Amino acid sequence: MTDTAIDSAIDAATGPGPGTTLDEGQPHDGTGVGEPGATPPPGAGGHGPPPVPNFNIVPVRALPVVAIVLIGLIVAIASNNLWALTFFHVAGGGLWTSLDLFLGLVLGPIMGSLSIPARIEFTSKFMPKMLLIMPTLVAMTLGAGFQLARHVGNLEASYPHHNWVVASYVIVGAMAVIALGLLEPANLAVLFELKKPRPNGARIQRLMKVFIYTAGITGLLQILTILIMTFLASR
Amino acid sequence: MTATADLLPPGFGEPDAEDLRQADFPPVMPIAVTTLILVVAGGIVVATQYGRPPKLTVPVILLGLAAVLLLVNAVLVVRIEEFARRVFHRVLGWALLAYVVIAGILEYVFIYDHTPGRELTLFSAMLVLFALDVPLMLSYSVARWQPPDAT
Repeated sequence: MTDTAIDSAIDAATGPGPGTTLDEGQPHDGTGVGEPGATPPPGAGGHGPPPVPNFNIVPVRALPVVAIVLIGLIVAIASNNLWALTFFHVAGGGLWTSLDLFLGLVLGPIMGSLSIPARIEFTSKFMPKMLLIMPTLVAMTLGAGFQLARHVGNLEASYPHHNWVVASYVIVGAMAVIALGLLEPANLAVLFELKKPRPNGARIQRLMKVFIYTAGITGLLQILTILIMTFLASR
Repeated sequence: MTATADLLPPGFGEPDAEDLRQADFPPVMPIAVTTLILVVAGGIVVATQYGRPPKLTVPVILLGLAAVLLLVNAVLVVRIEEFARRVFHRVLGWALLAYVVIAGILEYVFIYDHTPGRELTLFSAMLVLFALDVPLMLSYSVARWQPPDAT
């Protein structure tokens, strides 16, 4: 990931500069951008920072989809169906990798070119979805992957390419620590900051920096994992 | 960034009360991340021995260290004086629910795969620590940036 991409993505979520609040002196009322009563954005003829649109931290309507995916995962594991396990592992891993790389390399620069109200509106709608999508994809990939490896005998210590499997454990372990210890906390903290009457722009910027960096690092680690997995699959 | 900052009204740029309070907080996040690393490392050590009689000394030590760190962290959080406890408990509750479900799925996989008794006990203990440590991280990382009276 380039510095420009990172900076753009960070800018995208934050807009205002260091130590700023997005809604100085005027608590946001939950109204959407452009609605009557909303503070006009900078550069739009008004004097205050843009308002943060109303949003749900957890998108409740998407929870049934998550439940369906997790039930499907459990059924795949319980049935030990090779096709289902392969589907969940490959589909989950592919989406997980693509999302991380797309976020770091493509979406970041695009977000950086948006106007400040658009960036804030996008972030407030995008981050709640990421809160559900990423853990679901991780559960799909790792749960099905472990069972798949056990099913085809790759987990056995006597497996000829055991060292490659151990290397993949270490990479996945590192990704898990990064995702759970840095990425998800930053994601959640950004959402709660945006929910404040006066969100702190500099804080969101710092947290988004953590989010974008860790997403990029995780994406690169996933490419390593894919190299190992494709090597093992071709043996 | 510069262009954005240029658009801001004068007076912006000062740290708020939450920024100033950070120095008073104990190192909860580093300890929690270390706990997670120990749990994950223990799991990897056990997993690498799959299919042969495992040597569990190292994973047990890692698990013990992780448990101690988690306990220390819990005490540190309880002892913070000015802290957004209501927000902390709200996020902790929901995160616990989510991670108990995730840990439950993993436990189900281990039981379903007839994981031997000693390894299963070790994995179960690791899952308990995992299901407590991650929600602690999530709830703390939210609450630390909220005003103490936030709900």
